[in-house]
Amino acid sequence: MIYGLIAVGYTMVYGIVGMINFAHGDIFMVGSFLSLIALLSLASLGITAVPLALALTLLFAAGLAALYGWTVERVAYRPLRGSFRLAPLISAIGMSIVLQNFVQVGQGARVKPMNALLPGGVELMNDEGFAVQLSWMQIAIVATTLIVLAAFTWLVTKTPLGRSMRACEQDLKMAGLLGIDTDRTISLTFVIGAALAAVAGLLFLLYYGVIDFFIGFLAGVKAFTAAVLGGIGSLPGAVLGGLLIGLIEVFWSAYFSVEYKDVAAFAILILVLIFRPSGIMGRAEVEKV
Amino acid sequence: MNLLSLRGVSTFYGAIQALRDVSLEVEEGEIVTLIGANGAGKSTLMMTVCGNPRARSGTIVYDGRDITQVPTHLIMRQRIAQAPEGRRIFGRMTVRENLVMGAEVAGHTDIAPLLDQVCDLFPRLRERLTQRGGTLSGGEQQMLAIGRALMAKPRLLLLDEPSLGLAPLVVRQIFTAIRTLNRETGLTVLLVEQNAHQALRLAHRGYVLVNGTITMAGTGAELLARPEIRAAYLEGGH
Ligand SMILES: Nc1ncnc2c1ncn2[C@@H]1O[C@H](COP(=O)(O)OP(=O)(O)OP(=O)(O)O)[C@@H](O)[C@H]1O
Ligand SMILES: [Mg+2]
Repeated sequence: MIYGLIAVGYTMVYGIVGMINFAHGDIFMVGSFLSLIALLSLASLGITAVPLALALTLLFAAGLAALYGWTVERVAYRPLRGSFRLAPLISAIGMSIVLQNFVQVGQGARVKPMNALLPGGVELMNDEGFAVQLSWMQIAIVATTLIVLAAFTWLVTKTPLGRSMRACEQDLKMAGLLGIDTDRTISLTFVIGAALAAVAGLLFLLYYGVIDFFIGFLAGVKAFTAAVLGGIGSLPGAVLGGLLIGLIEVFWSAYFSVEYKDVAAFAILILVLIFRPSGIMGRAEVEKV
Repeated sequence: MNLLSLRGVSTFYGAIQALRDVSLEVEEGEIVTLIGANGAGKSTLMMTVCGNPRARSGTIVYDGRDITQVPTHLIMRQRIAQAPEGRRIFGRMTVRENLVMGAEVAGHTDIAPLLDQVCDLFPRLRERLTQRGGTLSGGEQQMLAIGRALMAKPRLLLLDEPSLGLAPLVVRQIFTAIRTLNRETGLTVLLVEQNAHQALRLAHRGYVLVNGTITMAGTGAELLARPEIRAAYLEGGH
């Protein structure tokens, strides 16, 4: 589920400017840290009502991460637009390292733990000691993801901004000829992608309770796999890919070994790239590299 | 009064110079055509007016304002519309969405009557409003590209090879429509056409572009009568 939220950001940026934003996973990580900071400061301020604290944290993390996304695009990508194809890619990797080190220096390299906010859960069925439990946390995560994705889908398909985004994605030059401010639209794409990643960061923090400066890499690779699996450039594909990766990991951990669960994502990435590079819902496109 | 004028405009793609010191005038209410061989720079000229690519030197004045350095999207909001080379319709949007975008660029909010007018001109589009642009036939896509430009109710219409891929009957319809719009609403048109004969007959004036340089200018009738034009652009013509 969480991977879906991050994957949407990869797919959106890829669709619109044709590049893999390698710094995206790290925006997710930054979002996670921002959430932690927000939650801790809210707690010290005495705001402990869980829904209120979560809502404020969400706004804070998404807002600031959006600013990060905007800055990354402005500083690292826009000046390179129109130069050779590898340039923004290298710049993206650079940005990713910058963000990691920035957080490492600012927050320390040790993992940051956090107490569970929403303990307890519901028991779905209890069959002689064989219980199926859903924690409140899991429910909250699924609900948040669905709401955010629904809002995002509405934005893309129904609003003028969404139409501008789709126009830029399909033909940047013509979008300009139709009076669309393409630079602004690209900026907004990064901003929205970063905000979604920050939401994912918050959910990750809530679910696992520990974060460090390196989570962006792993989550980034998995989300990227999700995007590729679903068909990069396709928004529903990204969501679907995220779900599939999540499921595959769960089953992998259940039937094989938890230690090797990260291998699963990499293995899938390689298999998909070999056998179906356009993904499940991807369009067969002539590769422009 | 001149609606559009280019003075000494040069445009480059990297190190390649596509336009050399081009000067050209289009008066309000005129139909002006640009003829020239493949690669002469006709499309480049149309796009340079819209600021993409941007002129490296010279000035472009539209409606009394210097637009040489104005960002493309702001130029296009001043009721200049272009149906560019290669149609460039949005294949994964519906025909209606494509048309609506054409109207919104000029700030029109009352879309229905505009949609009606364009569909009257191209009845095929009316039947296909909900179809995705990419699934239209080549000729239908061409109609959509022209229709989208007309949705803006532009003052200046830039048409780059509107007849490409269309059946002769439809081409005649389009040319008739351009003439009618020009007479009745004073629409100003800058037209690039492979079919130089038809274009020169339609246009008030024409320019000939050779290797990025304007080599001849005159009224449509004058140019049609020039032997070098007949030899270069009208041989085997109609
Ligand atoms: N994006 C580009 N990058 C580099 N060179 C270009 C580009 N677009 C056009 N050119 C070059 O500029 C010159 C003029 O091209 P342009 O498309 O304006 O010609 P045209 O007169 O419209 O030709 P046609 O009749 O074939 O449409 C050509 O030599 C072309 O190769
Ligand atoms: Mg051309």
